[in-house]
Amino acid sequence: MASILTSASFARSMRSAWRIRLAHFGASGWVGLAIVAFWALAAMFGPALLSRSGAAGGGAVFAPISAAHWLGTDYLGRDMLARVIEGARYTVGVAFLATLLASGVGTVLALLAAASNRWIDGGLSRTLDTLTAIPSKMFALIMVAGFGSSIPMLVMTAAIIYMPGAYRFARALAVNVNALDYVTVARTRGEGKLYVMLREILPNIAGPMLADLGLRFVYIVLLLAALSFLGLGVQPPAADWGSLVRENIGALADAGASVIVPSAAIASLTIAVNLVIDNLPGGVARERGVR
Amino acid sequence: MGSPVVVDNLTVSAGVATLVDALSFTIRPGEVLALIGESGSGKTTTALALMGYARRGCRITGGSVRIGDVDVLSLAPRQLRALRGRTVAYVAQSAAASFDPSRTILDQVVEPACLHGTLPRGEAELKAIALFRELALPEPETIGRRYPHQVSGGQLQRLMAAMALITDPDVVILDEPTTALDVTTQVEVLRAFRRVIRERQVTGVYVSHDLAVVAQMADHILVLRDGRMRELAATEPILVAPQNEYTKSLLAAARPAPRVVAAAPYTDVLLRVHGLSAGYGPRTSEGLASTMILEDIDVELKRGQSIGVIGESGSGKTTLARVVAGLLAPCAGTVEFDGRPLKPTLDHRTRDELRRIQIVFQSADTALNPSHTIERILARPLQFYKGLQGDALRARIDELLDLVKLPRNLAQRLPGGLSGGQKQRVNLARALAADPDLILCDEVTSALDTVVAAAVLDLMADLRRALGVSYLFISHDLHTVRAVCDEIVVMRHGRKLAQVARADYERGPHHPYYEELARAVPELRRGWLDELDRQRPAVAA
Repeated sequence: MASILTSASFARSMRSAWRIRLAHFGASGWVGLAIVAFWALAAMFGPALLSRSGAAGGGAVFAPISAAHWLGTDYLGRDMLARVIEGARYTVGVAFLATLLASGVGTVLALLAAASNRWIDGGLSRTLDTLTAIPSKMFALIMVAGFGSSIPMLVMTAAIIYMPGAYRFARALAVNVNALDYVTVARTRGEGKLYVMLREILPNIAGPMLADLGLRFVYIVLLLAALSFLGLGVQPPAADWGSLVRENIGALADAGASVIVPSAAIASLTIAVNLVIDNLPGGVARERGVR
Repeated sequence: MGSPVVVDNLTVSAGVATLVDALSFTIRPGEVLALIGESGSGKTTTALALMGYARRGCRITGGSVRIGDVDVLSLAPRQLRALRGRTVAYVAQSAAASFDPSRTILDQVVEPACLHGTLPRGEAELKAIALFRELALPEPETIGRRYPHQVSGGQLQRLMAAMALITDPDVVILDEPTTALDVTTQVEVLRAFRRVIRERQVTGVYVSHDLAVVAQMADHILVLRDGRMRELAATEPILVAPQNEYTKSLLAAARPAPRVVAAAPYTDVLLRVHGLSAGYGPRTSEGLASTMILEDIDVELKRGQSIGVIGESGSGKTTLARVVAGLLAPCAGTVEFDGRPLKPTLDHRTRDELRRIQIVFQSADTALNPSHTIERILARPLQFYKGLQGDALRARIDELLDLVKLPRNLAQRLPGGLSGGQKQRVNLARALAADPDLILCDEVTSALDTVVAAAVLDLMADLRRALGVSYLFISHDLHTVRAVCDEIVVMRHGRKLAQVARADYERGPHHPYYEELARAVPELRRGWLDELDRQRPAVAA
């Protein structure tokens, strides 16, 4: 941001910028923000607040909702509430990390491609196109077969699978911005590649890239859930929401809660993230000329 | 024969803002009324309201519009659809954006006739061809088979007029139809428009910001500002004896006076371009580009001097600026700056060389980064070239804003919150921040209204006087160039045709193409186009 300001006034302007930004939030944005905050807090502090651990079994199998088990029990008689809250750590943590990695790396490479000569651009684009050509589930299977299933491995796999898409999207945007006069002016000023990438182009593609980030987050949550469902994701006894759905699939016919709750958790998180991103006032504010 | 148009107390609002405020006027059948004013004056909004249409977010809140016997504003949507394109036709400013690029021209031109069922398809096509001939389009029989990208801008504008006229409408609305065209093309289009409007006796509404153009086309002129009528009179009285102050300022701006900078005789050469050739695309074995734009250009610019480069689009004038700026490497020839040869590309030039040559682009909308505040835009060159910080930086930014006559509180705004003229001033201020010796101005006033453009030209002359900068001033508008430049370089098809000094502007004879350009600039009096018609019968451009 504005490097001309001293760091104190910079922090102040950032704070006020955020306050104004939040003031633009519509009702749906606040709902989304509340749900995301809820799951983030649940992932961070939830397990410490629970009276029983999700690992403790021994109750009735597929028990219905009761005072003792607010969300019933799973196929081994474990408390579902504890399982879902512990699962939030994996789903929220892994998916967020993987999304940030995928979109971040994709955007930076795209900026590099747009601001560089056509050799670098061509090389990067073709390499990443090749990566896109590998079916995502197949790639995940190979990764798991090769390196075993672990949390860092899952993050890396999901990030690698979804990075080329983010790259293509960001590159298409960045190439357009790169052709505009203000970028030309920056070049004739003698600005370096990094300045052009980060200061001139990035702020003007950030809005669409955030929208893309929301979509990509949804994809990654679903990919992780699918991998867990196949037994390739988070390994038992730990479980993310996808694994919870798979474990308790037997309850689908009757008990319900133990399979519906993790499904609903996945849905609520993905929808909430998109509500938040749709309410970020980037483009509109810029057109009106206010921050 | 056209219908009378009677507008009474027309009011259009957008939210709380009133865009058109209680406007009343009458157009007699077969006459042309011009709506003139700066951007944001409500002239297009008024024109659209004549068709019962308000743009998104706007609402026609009061008044009435009668075309013939029809009360337009009381019509149901279905009846309005029957009216539009049939009784009232519209010709938009940018024909290029109004044609569907994936369909042939003829297919689109006959569409209104087929849609309204006025003619069967076969007859409509014959009529379209007759219209093409009437509008002096080349190859009227076959031009309709082409796609929009295969014809020129001026031709496309006339084709759009053919589309509007194919249903024999009673009223035609022409919304800045020649604003995006070169002067030479504009003359041809104006002649064609005027002939068809006169011969068909349609009632016309001509929206424009150019008084000289309007003087040739309109019987009456309505001057609009901020949605209110300032003056309404016949064309002649408005041009000769305007009553309203705003009309007077419009007239003054339309006749740009030379902004003479009393200068010492220019002595040392700042920029010398010698034998310059440049082009785009891969290089051939002889070192030439596959598409050559510039060939063998020589220009000499002395310190403090201002040279205008003039030519129609495609003449290579912008490419010349790009080569000087280092954005495009020349194929042959040299560029010398202050006695030292300049390296062909940006990467090899020193930071000081870059600082001393600044470029200002035509469209302030794309020349300012929409996500940076004005303060940040102006601060960057100061930090980059001079390492200014803190209070010194802030003081210099304020100075720059004062220099281009912008209020200091604008510094915290984003470019989206500024008007076109303000943006162009910021654009200039950014170039000035580098303390350059030479500013390359690429059509800096072309996108601005007459009054705003005149103010920017004044500012540029002031700056030259105060700071001693030199300009290489690129434009297609001879008036503008004459007003600010000491010498004019005339370019066509990538070659320099002539160089004319200020002292010789009025003295001829000059190169025939310069004469043609000079003739093509509309003059601010009635009958100018008629005289031109008599001198030279219309030819298919």
